Amino acid sequence: MAIECINILIGGEAGQGLATVGQLLSKCLVRSGYHISVTQDYMSRVRGGHNTFAIRCSAQPVSAPLDRVDVLVALNQETVTLHKDQLGERGIALLGESIDDEGARALAVPYKQLIPKRLFENTSALGVLCALLGIDREVPAELMRQTFKKKGEDIINQNLEVLDKSMQWLRDQSPDFPALPAPPDAGREKIMINGNEAIALGAMAAGVRFCSFYPMTPSTSVALTLIANAETLGMVAEQAEDEIAAVNMGLGASFAGARAIVPTSGGGLALMCEGISLAGITETPLVFVLAMRPGPATGLPTRTEQGDLDLVLYAGHGEFPRAIFAPGDLEQCFRLTHRAFDQAEKVQGPVFVLTDQYLADNYRDVVPFDLDSLPEPVMPGESTDDPASYERYAVTESGVSPRLVPGTGEHLVVVDSDEHYPNGHITEDHGVRIEMQDKRMRKEQILKNDVVPPLLVGEEGADVLLVCWGSTQGPALEAAQLLNEQGTSAAVLHFSQVWPLVPEQYAETLDAAKKVVVVEGNATGQFATLLKIAGCFEPDGRVLRYDGLPFTAQYILERLG
Amino acid sequence: MGRIEDYGEFETAWCPGCGNFRILDAVKKALADMDLPPHKVAYFSGIGQAAKLPHYFKCNMFNGLHGRGLPPAQGAKLVNPELAVFCHSGDGCNYGEGGNHFLAALRRNVDMVLVAHDNQIYGLTKGQASPTTEEGHVTKAQPWGVKSSMFKPLAVAVALRANFVARGFAGNVDQLADLIRQAHETPGFALVDVLQPCVTFNKVNTFAWYKERVYELDDSYDPTDFDAAMKKAEEFGDRIPTGVIYRNDRPNFCEALVTCGGELFNKPADRGLVRSVMMQYA
Ligand SMILES: Cc1ncc(C[n+]2csc(CCOP(=O)(O)OP(=O)(O)O)c2C)c(N)n1
Ligand code: SF4
Repeated sequence: MAIECINILIGGEAGQGLATVGQLLSKCLVRSGYHISVTQDYMSRVRGGHNTFAIRCSAQPVSAPLDRVDVLVALNQETVTLHKDQLGERGIALLGESIDDEGARALAVPYKQLIPKRLFENTSALGVLCALLGIDREVPAELMRQTFKKKGEDIINQNLEVLDKSMQWLRDQSPDFPALPAPPDAGREKIMINGNEAIALGAMAAGVRFCSFYPMTPSTSVALTLIANAETLGMVAEQAEDEIAAVNMGLGASFAGARAIVPTSGGGLALMCEGISLAGITETPLVFVLAMRPGPATGLPTRTEQGDLDLVLYAGHGEFPRAIFAPGDLEQCFRLTHRAFDQAEKVQGPVFVLTDQYLADNYRDVVPFDLDSLPEPVMPGESTDDPASYERYAVTESGVSPRLVPGTGEHLVVVDSDEHYPNGHITEDHGVRIEMQDKRMRKEQILKNDVVPPLLVGEEGADVLLVCWGSTQGPALEAAQLLNEQGTSAAVLHFSQVWPLVPEQYAETLDAAKKVVVVEGNATGQFATLLKIAGCFEPDGRVLRYDGLPFTAQYILERLG
Repeated sequence: MGRIEDYGEFETAWCPGCGNFRILDAVKKALADMDLPPHKVAYFSGIGQAAKLPHYFKCNMFNGLHGRGLPPAQGAKLVNPELAVFCHSGDGCNYGEGGNHFLAALRRNVDMVLVAHDNQIYGLTKGQASPTTEEGHVTKAQPWGVKSSMFKPLAVAVALRANFVARGFAGNVDQLADLIRQAHETPGFALVDVLQPCVTFNKVNTFAWYKERVYELDDSYDPTDFDAAMKKAEEFGDRIPTGVIYRNDRPNFCEALVTCGGELFNKPADRGLVRSVMMQYA
C-alpha cells in the first residue's frame, strides 16, 4: 500500500444518523492531527435505502477514496452483505444490535447495554470507534461538550458517560487491530470542511453579497453555507422560484454592483442557459457553481459524474467568452472560487466553477486558507467625471468597457439583451453589430492571458502521463504513485481550469510523455475531445467512469492495462 | 417637482397610435411629479413592444429576457435599496412566460413597481393570443378562437394580498401617472395593470371599446376591503373599473429579512469576519 492508512466505512439506512457519527469521528481524527478524506454515497431518499460515509484516514495527506475497507461500521444487515468482501486482511466489522456477521471478522457492539436511550447511539458508536483507533478520550469528550453546549450540563454529562462506557467496552474486547502511526504534524491549526463549504468560503473571501438559488443536490449546501453566515457577513441569499429566476436575480444584483453567485446542478444549469447568454451580451459578471451529478435529465440525483463539461462549455446561445474552473481539491475550491469572482469582474461576464458530488461532499482537513495573500478585489466604478457622455459599452482595445454602478452618480447605465450601441440602446445596424461582437470576443484574450496552467506532478517524459481535471486529481495522483512504486514511471497533469485552454502551457508535456491517458468521469471523454479541439491532441487511451461512483486509484490501475 | 423635458425625447419603434405612447407620457409625468431624476431610477423589462419602453426616456435600465423583467429588478433592489425600481412589460411577458415570477414577486413583496402593458395580445410576435386575451377571440394562431380561460392579473394579485393593486388606462394619462406615483410610494410590491390598446393586432379591445366601458373608482370605494377588492378585480366586460383596486400593508421583503438592509454593492469582503466564519470549522 502506498499510504499507511485506515479506511472506515459506516453504512446504514438514511435517517440512522450515519453522517452524524461520520462527521464527529472525522473531526476527532482531524483534531488528533490525522489527515482524512471522506467519500459519501447516498441515495435519493430521506429514509431507508443504503448510504455510506467512508473516512480514509492517515498520518500522511490523503486525497482519494479507497476500495478496501478496514473498519466496517454496520448499522444494518445490508451493510455487511454489501461490503464484507471489501474488508481487508486486518479488517474488522463493528455490528449493531442483532446483525449477523455473515462470516466476517466482527465485534457485536451491545448498544442496549451501553446507552440509556436510542438517542445516544451516535455517541456510543463514536466512543467505540475512537477507542478502536486509539484516539485520546479528551478529543471526543471536548467535541461532546461543544456539540451539546446549548442543551446544558445534564445532556453533556450523559453523553460523556456513554462515551466512556463505550470506549471502555471496546478496550475490554482487546481486538487485534493495528494502530495508525502518530501524525507528524499534530497540533497544527486545521479546519475540517467539504468541497461545497470551501467554495462558499471562497465566495465569502471574494466579498459575495448576493446568492440566488433553487435547491438541487449536490449544489444546495453552497447556498446553505452562505445562508448560515449571511447575517455575520452582510449578504442576501434568496431561494428563487426557479433556476430561471435565480440566474436573472443574480444578474440584477450584479448589474446593481454586488458580487453575486448562483449555485446549481445540471438540470438547473440547463434552465439557466438563456440567462448565461444574457450575462454574455449584457457583459454582467456572474459566478456559477455547477455541482455535477450523472444525467441525462434527473439521472442519478445523489451520485457523482463529470458529465456536464460540454454543457458549461456551450451553455447559452450565441457566442461570448467565458472561463471555467474545475477545482481538484479543497484549497482549489476556495482559491478558484475567489478567482472566479475577479475574473468575472475583469471580463464582465459569466464564469463557472465546475465541481461534482464527490468533491461537494468530500470532507478533508485543511490548513486555514490564507486570506491575506488574496489579491485585492476588482470592483466596478461608482462615478465618472463626465456622466453625460458615459457609455456602458464604449468600444475599447481590450474589449472591456467601463462598468459603473447605477444610481451612484448622474451617469446612466443602460444594459440590453438586444444588440446595442455603445450607449446601450437597441440597434439592428449590421456595422454596430460586428463592432460589438468583436469587442465582446476580444475579452477572450484577457482570459487566455490569465489561465491557471495545468499542474504537472512527476517528471516530464514519464512512461505514463495521466491527464485529468477537477475532482479526479486525487485518485490520479495516487494511481501514479502506485505505478511509480511498481517501477513504471508515471506523472499526472491536472487541469484546474478547463476553459479557455492554452496549448502552449501543456503541449510539450503531452508530447514528451510516452503514453498519455485521459482519466475523467463521463462516458464519452469530453475533456479528451476538448484537448483535440484546442490543440489537435489525441491521447493514447482513456479511462472513463460513469457508474455514479468516484474514481479510486485501484479503478484507474485496473483499466490502464 | 422635476421637468418632463429632463427625461428626454427618443425615436421609438412603436406603431403610430399605439397605447404605449400614452403610458410613456404617464411614466415621465409620474417621475417628474415625484421629482425622481433619471439617474435615481432603474427600469427593468422583459421582451416585447412594451418592454422597449425604458429605451425611450432617460433612466438606468436593464432590458433583459422575455418574461424575466421581475427577477433582475428584485435582485437589484435587494442589494441597492436606494434605487427606485420599476419593471415594465407586456401581458405575454409578465403573465405568460414570466407567470411564475409574477406569482413569486407578489408573495416576496420586494419594494418595487410592476407596470404591465396589457394589450391582451402578443404585439412584437405579431398578434398571437396572450394569457389575458378573452375566450373566443380569433387570431392567426388561434383560428378557432381562444379556448383557455382569461388570466385575471388583478384578481390574482388581490388573492395573494399584494400591497398595491391598480388598473390604469392608456387613454387616461393623468390618472395613470397618479397610480404610478401611488404605487411607488407604497412600500412593497405594487402592480399597475394598464389597459393598452394595440392598434395593429387587437381589433376587439380598441380605444373606442375601452372608452365605452372604463370608469374611475371614486372615494366611496374602500380599497382595503378584501372582499370588495376581489369583486372589483373580477369586473371586466360592460364596465371596467380603473383606479386603486386593493391596498394592503404586509411588511416588505427587506423589512422582514434580517440580513437585508443597507447597500450591498461595491463592498469588499471583511477578511476578519471571513476568518471568524472559517474558524467555526476548526
Ligand atoms: C424565450 C423567448 N421566447 C419567445 C420570444 C419571442 N417573443 C418576443 S416578444 C413576445 C411576446 C410579446 O408579447 P407581450 O409580452 O404581450 O408584449 P407586447 O409586444 O404585446 O407589448 C415573444 C413571444 C423571446 N424573445 N424569447
Ligand atoms: S404592435 Fe400593437 S402594441 Fe406593438 S407597437 Fe404596434 S400597436 Fe403597439
